[in-house]
Amino acid sequence: MRYLPLSEADRASMLDTIGVKSVDDLFVDVPQSARRSGTVDLPTFAGELEVEAQLNAFAAQNLSPAKAPFFVGAGAYRHHIPATVDHIIQRSEFLTSYTPYQPEIAQGTLQVLFEFQTQVARLTGMPVANASLYDGSTAAGEGVLMAQRITKRNKAVLSGGLHPHYRETIETLAHAVGIETEACPMVVDGEAEVLSHIDAGTACVVVQTPNVFGTATDLTKIAEAAQAAGALLIVVVTEVMSLGLLKSPGEMGADIVAVEGQSIGVPLSFGGPYVGLFAAKEKYLRNMPGRLCGETVDADGERGFVLTLSTREQHIRRDKATSNICTNSGLCALAFSIHMSLLGQEGLKRVAKINYAKAHALKDQLVAAGIEVVTPRFFNEFTVKLPKPAAEVVEALAAKGILGGVPVSRLDADPALANHLIIAATETVTDADMSALVAGLKEVL
Amino acid sequence: MADTPKMNTVGRPSAPDFDIEHTSFKTLLGGRGLLQSEKLIFEWDDYHRTGVDFADVAIDTSDLGDLVRGDTLNLPGLTEPEAVRHYVRLSQKNHAIDLALYPLGSCTMKHNPRLNEKMARVSGLGDIHPLQPVSTVQGALALMDSLAHWLKTLTGMPAVALTPKAGANGELCGLLAIKAAHEAKGQGQRRTVLVPSSAHGTNPATAAFVGYTVREIGQTNDGRVDLEDLKAKIAATGDQLAAIMLTNPNTCGLFERDIVTIAELIHAAGGYFYCDGANFNAIVGRVRPGDLGVDAMHINLHKTFSTPHGGGGPGAGPVVLSEALAAFAPRPWVVSSGQGFTLEEHGEDASKANFGRMCAFHGQMGMYIRALTYMLSHGSDGLKQVAEDAVLNANYIKVALGDVMSVPFPDGPCMHEALFDDSWLEGTGVTTLDFAKAMIDEGFHPMTMYFPLVVHGAMLIEPTETESKAELDRFVAVLRALAEAALDGDVSRFKGAPYLAPAKRLDETRAARQPKLTHS
Repeated sequence: MRYLPLSEADRASMLDTIGVKSVDDLFVDVPQSARRSGTVDLPTFAGELEVEAQLNAFAAQNLSPAKAPFFVGAGAYRHHIPATVDHIIQRSEFLTSYTPYQPEIAQGTLQVLFEFQTQVARLTGMPVANASLYDGSTAAGEGVLMAQRITKRNKAVLSGGLHPHYRETIETLAHAVGIETEACPMVVDGEAEVLSHIDAGTACVVVQTPNVFGTATDLTKIAEAAQAAGALLIVVVTEVMSLGLLKSPGEMGADIVAVEGQSIGVPLSFGGPYVGLFAAKEKYLRNMPGRLCGETVDADGERGFVLTLSTREQHIRRDKATSNICTNSGLCALAFSIHMSLLGQEGLKRVAKINYAKAHALKDQLVAAGIEVVTPRFFNEFTVKLPKPAAEVVEALAAKGILGGVPVSRLDADPALANHLIIAATETVTDADMSALVAGLKEVL
Repeated sequence: MADTPKMNTVGRPSAPDFDIEHTSFKTLLGGRGLLQSEKLIFEWDDYHRTGVDFADVAIDTSDLGDLVRGDTLNLPGLTEPEAVRHYVRLSQKNHAIDLALYPLGSCTMKHNPRLNEKMARVSGLGDIHPLQPVSTVQGALALMDSLAHWLKTLTGMPAVALTPKAGANGELCGLLAIKAAHEAKGQGQRRTVLVPSSAHGTNPATAAFVGYTVREIGQTNDGRVDLEDLKAKIAATGDQLAAIMLTNPNTCGLFERDIVTIAELIHAAGGYFYCDGANFNAIVGRVRPGDLGVDAMHINLHKTFSTPHGGGGPGAGPVVLSEALAAFAPRPWVVSSGQGFTLEEHGEDASKANFGRMCAFHGQMGMYIRALTYMLSHGSDGLKQVAEDAVLNANYIKVALGDVMSVPFPDGPCMHEALFDDSWLEGTGVTTLDFAKAMIDEGFHPMTMYFPLVVHGAMLIEPTETESKAELDRFVAVLRALAEAALDGDVSRFKGAPYLAPAKRLDETRAARQPKLTHS
């Protein structure tokens, strides 16, 4: 077995040192009723060659976005990732280390986390950020929990533009801790609706921009109104690339920001692992969930970094912790940070503009083809209303080898939205891809 | 052709011709030989460079109005050579399993097979979108179904929820299923969880998360759950009892001998048995948690099934569930029919009982791929060998160090990790922390320290099955020598340690008192 270095001779010699006859003697504490003879009913070991063939067989049954005109978004986006990113994250020292519990021999990971936190803070326009959470949806849920800790209030209002998976994740987490949620009906353009739900018991309003339909909204007035009522504004961003072009949550007055960072550095990978970016106003620092990396000095007075404020965390506070999070999304945070460093502000602005240009060019072509676009202002994603159920259209397009978008019905059962299709166009989309989609839609509609 | 010049060796010494007394001088740039000093990316002067080549296209943003970003992003860009060098320099300041033994007890730092990485990146797996039509991702769903089959078979459990994102997220999933099951029976008042004092911090944190009250149960002198105390706490909790959260093998590295009895007691009192599966690697392929009376158990794919720890994640924490809890599993889940696979994302079929959604999309697919690759590589026989070698290696460490370091629970074998306490250091002036830091100078990552809390100055060593006997012997020789140095009064070797690491001991108090979390 290629991964197990002990030889039979080693095992015999070690058993002898331990003073037992067989390895079974090391499992004597297992109750008799649970002891088994032989192995469980699964295939036996296999070489690399065989295993690789089995995994490739799974891959061969999927349609890779690289082989199709691709317009699927709705919370996860196909972007170009520079080759350097995957090379660096596979370095042994990053890949095969763990949470930096011993800072003297983890300064690499720690400095990356410090840089990551700074990048996230600047990108979101917020003063402080943590060292990542699992993904955008759980970050949004943690944001709601944090709002309850800060305000001591027990209601969260969820915007109708919030991605339904985020809404459901927030509901699961919030209801677990006894927070009531009020979800506004799904609507393409109507974030201000949350304001009519605010009362004296409202801890926060959760608003997404660009929202799940692609609509971008200036939330400044919503922030002011929410805060005037003693509630916090949590801004959710599922397309982080949009922050290269659109006003940041911090500029709009957000209290807490939860972002899906996948678009920068992290492959689609069928939905995970991704990376949750989490930022907040400075005054809420000690209520934040997750790991925080802070600057300090070592015994020689040299700058160094450590995990800090761990008195918020489960391994110290146990049942009084601000969250139960232990392992988060370190390697994805590294990937994000490398990609962000390669982009820099110039690269980010440029790629954001290309996304905007592609999506708007596609919109123009669709409008010209007689298709109704319902999203009024958008970045790289918009929604069309088709004359028939979008799920059928998407299947018909897939049969032609075109991955045409996400039917809203895939995310939410609201029959009024059955004909709505969410279409994303990033820098990876070519003119030929757009022509193929427009032609494909004409054929199937 | 000109003559090749010969190297002039006259007067060129072949060995140092002076005595080097010490090398603790400061270098001009602050590095030390191969170990380069490296500034922050924010300390580069020019923020206007970039390591990507995108055209600067003109766009009309009139429909966005005020929505166009007005502030400066203030984010530096590095060209590719600068970026590569920056991260390579930083990487060299990290310890890693690929470098040397990393015996963090409870964390299972085993070798990460590179085939797993390769397969996670294959086109058709690593690049597919979670919301592509299911007709275009049949292989992905088949892979998830296959992983589920392996997990269910290895644990002897009828159901599994794949989506939890890490161990603690799995604990949350398990407790939410338990909560939903109690509520479905009209027993929502059951809100107390029994947790042993040796538990991982995530257990009480998760229990508190779902609004449960934690009641601690005591431990016997041999490091296991005190059955008498458990019975008393069950009786005192009465119809408030929701569950027990128990790690097995437990955090002292010991198998709970009475686990079947514990499960029966809990079930008889109307509670469920949540097993923290962080230590499943000790028994995988040999013992099925389903045979122990477990109702829910998370499996850290990054521990037992070797997906890389990545400097702190991403992990994955699928939760296996008993028949009693299966209906409450969160959405989505994969459904297999004769025609292929579908994905139940809305919970609208017969299983309306699902408690909700743990996260967007379908969980940690990248980790599923790696874990399944690992399982297929080992097979049922290899996985059994994994458990046996892990346990053998830990017992070898325990015996090889047991005469110099104190073992709090010496009777009988341990499982996959060997626990020591600090009573042997009493009077030496050296603490567990000092001892651990001295290991760093010798090239080893310290063991888990001061956990579990039930043992004073705990040192929890988990070697894992991927260490050779030669490497274990090397490790043992170093720890024995260090132990002797501590006992001989060589305190300075420990107090100032590490001397040779990329950084000296860091001032954690200062970091917490004046938090500086971003560069300014």
